[in-house]
Amino acid sequence: MSANVQAPLLSVENLQVAFRMGREGGVLQRSLAVGRDGTGVSFAVPENSTVALVGESGSGKTVTAMSIPRLLPDNAEPSGRVVFQGRDLLGATPAELRALRGREVACVFQDPMGSLNPVFPVGAQIAEPLVLHLGLSRRAARARAEALLEEVGLPEPRRRLDAYPHELSGGQQQRVMIAMALACEPKLLIADEPTTALDVTIQRQILELLADLKQRRRMSMLFISHDLGVVGEIADQVVVMRHGQVREQGPVAQIFAAPQDAYTRALLACRPRLDHHPRRLTVIDDHIAAEAAAAAGEAAAAATAPDVRDAAAPVVLEVRGLAKSFFLREGLFGRREFKAVQDVNFQLRRGHTLGVVGESGSGKTTMGLTLLRLHEPTAGEVIFDGRDLLALQGTERQALRQRIQIVFQNPYASLNPRFTIGQTLLEPMRIHAVGADDAEREARALALLQRVGLDASAFGKYPHEFSGGQRQRIAIARALTLSPQVLILDEAVSALDVSVQAQVLNLLRDLQDELGLAYVFISHDLAVVRFISDEVLVMKDGRVVERAGAADLLAAPREEYTRRLLGAVPRGWQAAV
Amino acid sequence: MTTPTQSPATALASVASARSQGVWRAAWARYRRDRVGMTCLAIVALYLGLILAVAAGWVAADWQAEKGLSYAPPHFVGAAAKAAGPSAAASTAQAPMVDLSDVDPLAPRYAEWAARAAQLQTTEAPRQATLPFGADRLGRDVLDKAIQGSQVSIQVGVLGALFATLIGTVLGAFSGFFGGKVGDALEWLYNVFTSIPSILLIFAFAAVTGRGVGSVVLILGLTGWTGIYRLVRAEFMKHAVREYVRSAEAIGASVWSRMFRHILPNASHVVLVQLSIHVVSFIKYEVILSYLGLGVSVDQVSWGTMLAEAQSELILGHWWQLVAATGFMAVFVTAFSLMTDALRDALDPKLRGLE
Repeated sequence: MSANVQAPLLSVENLQVAFRMGREGGVLQRSLAVGRDGTGVSFAVPENSTVALVGESGSGKTVTAMSIPRLLPDNAEPSGRVVFQGRDLLGATPAELRALRGREVACVFQDPMGSLNPVFPVGAQIAEPLVLHLGLSRRAARARAEALLEEVGLPEPRRRLDAYPHELSGGQQQRVMIAMALACEPKLLIADEPTTALDVTIQRQILELLADLKQRRRMSMLFISHDLGVVGEIADQVVVMRHGQVREQGPVAQIFAAPQDAYTRALLACRPRLDHHPRRLTVIDDHIAAEAAAAAGEAAAAATAPDVRDAAAPVVLEVRGLAKSFFLREGLFGRREFKAVQDVNFQLRRGHTLGVVGESGSGKTTMGLTLLRLHEPTAGEVIFDGRDLLALQGTERQALRQRIQIVFQNPYASLNPRFTIGQTLLEPMRIHAVGADDAEREARALALLQRVGLDASAFGKYPHEFSGGQRQRIAIARALTLSPQVLILDEAVSALDVSVQAQVLNLLRDLQDELGLAYVFISHDLAVVRFISDEVLVMKDGRVVERAGAADLLAAPREEYTRRLLGAVPRGWQAAV
Repeated sequence: MTTPTQSPATALASVASARSQGVWRAAWARYRRDRVGMTCLAIVALYLGLILAVAAGWVAADWQAEKGLSYAPPHFVGAAAKAAGPSAAASTAQAPMVDLSDVDPLAPRYAEWAARAAQLQTTEAPRQATLPFGADRLGRDVLDKAIQGSQVSIQVGVLGALFATLIGTVLGAFSGFFGGKVGDALEWLYNVFTSIPSILLIFAFAAVTGRGVGSVVLILGLTGWTGIYRLVRAEFMKHAVREYVRSAEAIGASVWSRMFRHILPNASHVVLVQLSIHVVSFIKYEVILSYLGLGVSVDQVSWGTMLAEAQSELILGHWWQLVAATGFMAVFVTAFSLMTDALRDALDPKLRGLE
């Protein structure tokens, strides 16, 4: 038994996962999601420690983790060895796996709203594994569920037992998910991006809760994330993955302080940070290329280039007292006013960027949509070119509309799936009669595609043929077809991987310098806002609580709320020391 | 201010490489590569050609002519099967005769009457013992009937379904896109229509419009749109708040363009599947209407009336009318469904490259 103490709780040895992709010409097609060139993924999770799998989307980190309890799609074919407490799980029967899932290995997923069944109260959902695996009676299971909810820090646990998922906030839902995962006291908790869908302040709470629970329960955790900042705070060991392969693994201190692999170094470098303000972000490929060329001096020069902004540039957009209320029906005839945005004032100068930060529900997106009149405002003025946008009607409104454009968060949803990229780009120009004829418009569209870094072959393709970053470039190109002066970027880089995010942020910066665009940059990510903004609005419950220059705001936040937001930003490993 | 900023050389080179394709033209290009779809399209086209030929009077114009014996069997079955019946009747006629000419007072005039009868004799074509696909009770050619019947049935099915789909899609689009008061008003209309039992509603409309193919199309269209409305409304509600529609609004696309250029192609799969389902069900509804005497008039034939006749014939063992009508109907309905399926796939750019 002494050998057992030394052996890790879980060891993954040479794991490869292929997906069957149907037959083509009678030959079964396989696509390898994990493992390359015969080498699979290997790592170990020791007892009572946290191992983080880090990588960008498509790196195979989730497939690797889900191979452990075998929660894979039917067309997956795992091979190799997954040894958990001396048993190879890949050879386990379905019945053995069922007994294991939830009991020994439990999972917490990214989207708590999607992972909870909306038609059952949360108490019943927590009690289910207790009845199933531990054979508790309903009454005992309920009492245990209450204790669990208390343990995960949900206030008034007894009342929450009968609450339905929609009655809880995102953070509370994730706490319920964690309570469910902990119900049977598992030895291993697999947390798949558990905080990605949450606000920074809530993310902070959940991370602290997970670290605390791990300590108290003496369990191990496999933590999957794309965010090195988060990983640096929570993990003991880090496994960096790319294209289905392990690039580097080791203790967290070593990965952050002395990364060996070029990709790890690039990943660490391309994330915007609060304490460091470069002119441009380094992009993974550049970084790797630059390292290869040993051009460190050049990179340093680029990073320290001063930020030049013309403080006396003309004001393009001025907002005074903007407000938007929604009316909720109440009773038979009554209605209740919900003030989504109240009394927002700001000025935006040509070539400048206004960052808007706040937690979800703070009204930042509503504010952006109201500027464009995609929501009709309740009160206020939006002065653009000396005229009140909100008072304009008909053709005048249509004419000014093209001068303010928007880029949405989700590049998968913001392009019409049935339009080719060409149609998507030509449509706004046709509507506003930009260009003399279609040939000229096409030429302009192609020039814009080139400008955002896509080649002409994109013109005849459909959105689903592009990656998220490419789609976001297309969305930016569409906004630029009308030569706007103001661009509203509503969480425009939030859905992208860090490396792609860096590319798109650099592109936005270049476009701003080149075309003198003014941005309203809406984001929940303070580090990104710090990188791109000149001035920052902090919003809470529909109100602007603080407005200051980006550097000042970070250096000396005046409001308690701003301090809380800043404190919650994950700072990676160094800050955690 | 809107002059393009790129060099003309690069632009020209790339324009040639990537021409903008319309949604529909691109869909047609994809459709042509679908072999099943093309076969079905050919079959449907064949039927439509048949209908035109019937309407022009080139085919099956004399379907009312009583060419064969009553219930004459098809050629490939042969007269043998039919022989049993008439031969039995003949044997009774051949009972031994008694010569009455001695006592018959009219006997001298028989020759005169025979001569006069010979003068009046009509040239009735001899009835055939077998027909290509058999005959009905009156000896009419079943194949001709089925061909003639396809005109009425397909007209009713396709036009009725198109009409119903049009109403359902337009109302559903307005209700789903605008919601609010427009949506409430249309929901109210929908509720009124669905609260009345459908057969009763059809009767009510039939009482107003009278008989005939046009009326049946009108009736079925006006009563059959509700299901389509409901589904299209749901699709539009879902898509109206999607970001791509918001983006279209942000670039200044009109309401009309957002509804029918942006959202409709994304909801077209629902519309197409509903269309093909309704074609089938309307062909069947025409049967019921004709059976109840509210459908096509008595001097017209449709697959529905043929099936109604076939019921009683089947008991006597005359299966050919049933087979002819169902065969024609099954081929058409299957081809039409597969064609709309292929069209739906062709309209979905995500499937490009997977076939």
